[in-house]
Amino acid sequence: MITYISLTGTGGQGIILAGIILAEAAILEGKQAIQTQSYGPEARGGASKAEVIISDEAIDYPKIVTADILLAMSQEACTKYAGVLKKGGKMIVDATNVYDIPAIDADILSADITKAAREQLKKDMFANIVALGVLVGSTGIVSRKAVVEAVLARVPKGTEEVNTKALEIGFSLGEKK
Amino acid sequence: MAGIEKYLRQSALPHIWCPGCGNGILLAAILRAIDKLGLDQKKTVVVSGIGCSSRASGYMNFNTVHTAHGRALTFATGIKLAKPELNVIVLTGDGDSTAIGGNHFIHAARRNVDLTTVIFNNNIYGMTGGQYSPLTPMDAKATTAPFGHIERSFDIAALAIAAGATYVARGTAFHAQLLTDLVVKGIENKGFSVIDAITQCPISYGRKNKMGSAADMLAWQRDKAVMVQAVSKMKPEDLEGKFVIGELYRSVAPEYTAEYDKLIARVSKKGGK
Amino acid sequence: MAKAQLMQGNQACAVGALAAGVTFFAGYPITPSTEVAEILAEMLPKFGGKFIQMEDEIASMGAVCGAALTGAKAITATSGPGFSLKQELIGYASMAEIPCVIVNVQRLGPSTGKPTSPAQGDVMQARWGSHGDRGVIALSPTSVRETFDITVKAFNFAEKFRTPVVLLLDEVVGHMRETVVLPESGDVEVIDRKRPSGPPEEYQAFKPEADGVAPMADFGEGYYYHVTGLVHDYKGMPSQNNALTTELIDRLHTKIERARDEITIYHQDYTDDADVLVIAYGGTTRAAIAAVKEARAKGVKAGLLTLVTIWPFPGEVVAKVAAKAKKVIVPELNYGQLVGEIERYVPREKVVSLTRYDGELFRPEEILNLIITAGGGK
Repeated sequence: MITYISLTGTGGQGIILAGIILAEAAILEGKQAIQTQSYGPEARGGASKAEVIISDEAIDYPKIVTADILLAMSQEACTKYAGVLKKGGKMIVDATNVYDIPAIDADILSADITKAAREQLKKDMFANIVALGVLVGSTGIVSRKAVVEAVLARVPKGTEEVNTKALEIGFSLGEKK
Repeated sequence: MAGIEKYLRQSALPHIWCPGCGNGILLAAILRAIDKLGLDQKKTVVVSGIGCSSRASGYMNFNTVHTAHGRALTFATGIKLAKPELNVIVLTGDGDSTAIGGNHFIHAARRNVDLTTVIFNNNIYGMTGGQYSPLTPMDAKATTAPFGHIERSFDIAALAIAAGATYVARGTAFHAQLLTDLVVKGIENKGFSVIDAITQCPISYGRKNKMGSAADMLAWQRDKAVMVQAVSKMKPEDLEGKFVIGELYRSVAPEYTAEYDKLIARVSKKGGK
Repeated sequence: MAKAQLMQGNQACAVGALAAGVTFFAGYPITPSTEVAEILAEMLPKFGGKFIQMEDEIASMGAVCGAALTGAKAITATSGPGFSLKQELIGYASMAEIPCVIVNVQRLGPSTGKPTSPAQGDVMQARWGSHGDRGVIALSPTSVRETFDITVKAFNFAEKFRTPVVLLLDEVVGHMRETVVLPESGDVEVIDRKRPSGPPEEYQAFKPEADGVAPMADFGEGYYYHVTGLVHDYKGMPSQNNALTTELIDRLHTKIERARDEITIYHQDYTDDADVLVIAYGGTTRAAIAAVKEARAKGVKAGLLTLVTIWPFPGEVVAKVAAKAKKVIVPELNYGQLVGEIERYVPREKVVSLTRYDGELFRPEEILNLIITAGGGK
């Protein structure tokens, strides 16, 4: 079993960190994972993409040709990367930023990710962790326990509680249909 | 020569310098400074660049490096940082240190790495046959300035001071004893020391500029040099066309390799690796 | 038992350098190699090592050479444009036989090109970038774990053969994060340079022993010697002697050539009965192996020869492995560089060059299509 996940958004949204955490959660479960990224010259702004491949066996090719799961955190990324999703694949969009979802054959979950971070955690910057919660909550690609552990291993000391909360907000958004 | 033979690689002599060249005087002055300080020969490293001046390292019996053109200070920085217990002396020329090596020069000064740099300043690229350098004065002639030089020249001392060197001096081949004293003080300074050592190139510079024999050029150094202590007593017009010698600048600033050792002490794990 | 962890290629390079005993880094910031510098800036002082960010690429190579002369294991990391600037002193390190490691995380060129995009355009620069003739060792790993191992090897080769060693990473391998389990430090073979043991007054820093390499004294130990980029005698003193010149230049090659078997690192996958052989290196290997497996699944006898050692070029290995193949496909992220070398060992009519230079890694299907065509399929 091999799963291809594309996480996309804008530079500065923490997309790449979310990808790293997802890959680390997979490793905690004894799986193989590869994370790659593509980025432009901007440190902030511009389309940003993290790719994560999770597999039971060693992974040869590290890039994604067709994604099983696509997360789009910005309109630009959604428009640009919608085409990589396989037919009938899972698409998660951040409804706070994405207003125009391309007409594609996909199982689309639209959730107010950034808005939830802003209103419930008082900071947009937790949107990536909320998104990770949505992704895990809605797909079960890794266990909730593993992703919590992976997040806590990565985030700065003193932010464990708020990051756990961010994940939980994401899990419940992910359960909605 | 008494006392300094042990610092020479007799098998490497005779040297390649032209008759009348001032570089031998400079080399002897530097060796006398080493002798005067009683530096541990084993713990002393001489690094040079490329050019007439930089051949000096080959004649000196230490761990010596004749690097690439302009790069002496980069090697020296690596040597000093990797093994701060070493005394590192850098021999370079005016073109080597301020043209192709100019960037390294200002940054070594800025870091205040504990290196003593003696610049053999003959106002010309001697080894390649007399092309103008950043120290060639305006209006002087060179093979690449056949109609007279139209660029301004650097003031090495001012450049070194502005960039952060903590000991800056100027000497000449004529004032050889003074030069030894200046090099002694440069080595003693815990930081980046620069000694602008004016030397004569009778073949590639003197001839082109009708400066006469090597002896005439030494006399020119004698006549044009003003001891720094005398400057305050002189009127500005008396300084016209002259240059100041002696210790020109001294300051105290954090030395790079000492700062790095402090950093290691601060961050190193107990027991290390 | 070490734990599985997610690690980036550049990080594995830094960690591998530490495992090999690196004590000195000098560099200049350049994408996509900067992580190597950042990690070593943090790690080296913790172990008493030294890190310095120099004023430019040339200076960092000079500082590396200087540090290595004091006995340090020294490394620098750069990318294409910086690698070009460093060539002057890489050549110096070859001539003066200074052990050191130069990491080049290749990006697309020429010039500033595409700084964040992968390429393999510096293969020939690694061989011929510096002026004059010299033996060269360049290694190109294919995975994060292999980057760790090959970084250790790079130091071992540098120390053993007293030569600069180039580690040719590419943006794919350098920036990829993947699952790795690193060996315990006791399981890593580390080689240190030979040092003299005789009386200092008899020491000749460039007089080769039977293996073509002279023992190298650390500066500051009383073994006085001269180091120069000029042609020099056994003591390091400049010389114009023609016979000595020939002997020196010969030895800069033969000390590496004679150890070719030891230096040559390669992998074979499905090559025994391969009709179509893919020869790849670095990140391109990852697309190639996927394509080869896919081709096998479709019934085409495809195989992969991975060259980790690029220089000295493993021509004998290439000739031997390619002998039975009907076609040899050489995918490279450049305009076609190593393919020319392969053609010296494989009949040209058998060789198919596959190039890509838009800043993206090959997709497996690009290589697969060529394998199928070459294998007589549709």
